[in-house]
Amino acid sequence: MPRFRIPGPLRRLSNGEITVEVGGADLGSAIVALDERYPGFRDRLLDDKGDLRQFVNVYLNDEDVRLGSGLSEKVKEGDEISIVPAVAGG
Amino acid sequence: MGPARGFTPDQVARYARHLILPEVGGAGQRKLLSSSVLLLGAGGLGSPAAMYLTAAGVGKVGIVDFDTVDASNLQRQLLHGVNDVGRAKVDSAARTLRNLNPDVEVVPIHEHLNSDTAMKMFEPYDIIVDGTDNFPTRYLANDAAHFLGKPLVHGSIFRFEGRLALFDSSHGTGCYRCLFPEPPPPGSVQSCAEAGVFGVLPGIVGSMMAFETIKYLLNIGKPMIGRYLLFEGEDMSFRELKLRRNKACPLCGENPTVHELIDYEAWCGVPAVEPSEAAAS
Repeated sequence: MPRFRIPGPLRRLSNGEITVEVGGADLGSAIVALDERYPGFRDRLLDDKGDLRQFVNVYLNDEDVRLGSGLSEKVKEGDEISIVPAVAGG
Repeated sequence: MGPARGFTPDQVARYARHLILPEVGGAGQRKLLSSSVLLLGAGGLGSPAAMYLTAAGVGKVGIVDFDTVDASNLQRQLLHGVNDVGRAKVDSAARTLRNLNPDVEVVPIHEHLNSDTAMKMFEPYDIIVDGTDNFPTRYLANDAAHFLGKPLVHGSIFRFEGRLALFDSSHGTGCYRCLFPEPPPPGSVQSCAEAGVFGVLPGIVGSMMAFETIKYLLNIGKPMIGRYLLFEGEDMSFRELKLRRNKACPLCGENPTVHELIDYEAWCGVPAVEPSEAAAS
């Protein structure tokens, strides 16, 4: 199963878990599965139309999915899906 | 000719550990002494970055900040001490930096960094180091550096996590807008003032910003070009993601729509200060 890597700002949604393994054949279904396990992620990652929000990045392994196939990106066992929200602290 | 040629005895002593490094040596140290860096922010990231750049002998270090030192800064902002509370941060910073290395021309800039001032502020410097603390200024710094063709070392922190990148449009890298095409909606992202920041964190990320700046100036090793580094302190891990130019980027993409600096506060929907400061003022 692919594994989500949850960033600090969103770990309150995952009960503090840093990594969460979920099912799903593509990124969109993996996000749905993550949201079923820990409600709230879908709303944080997707807009009303179901597209990825512009201020949150999702990386499949080390590639930005926005520059690839987006939510249709295929995921497989061992893949790491990183949620990378914008942070501005300095 | 030896690496010490052209240096005063004080400089030979001060920079001895650089002069003996083949990657720096006399030529590199001379290059540093003739280089200039503008630091945006004299806070958590700006403190270690400014201190290491100054100690290393970067010839001119500008530091811009309109804020004053608050007691809550002292947990991590090492440029400032107890007696500086209430003073302008750039004045406190300049005193600390001049004490570290009198070779360096320290330029305190006690002005607002905004669309009216950014280009003029950035223009005289070789490289810009972004240690600011809010989204409007992040986008402003990104756009101004792009328009001037200047490299921008980007660092950001939140709680236990840090980020590092080097945006350099002259090398065809992605920019901050490639990473984050739009700012988050107002109120959706907590600031460090609201969520906290582990005090050592800016020490790590700010030091890496200085590291990459000096590497870039001296063309040492492999720069953070096209790479986005994530530091997660809770499990002490570093991960690297690819930073690619987004063809659809409104600034550096194939059909750019941003051709000049804009009103970043209006666009982000928040003032260019941390929320706690906005509330206080």
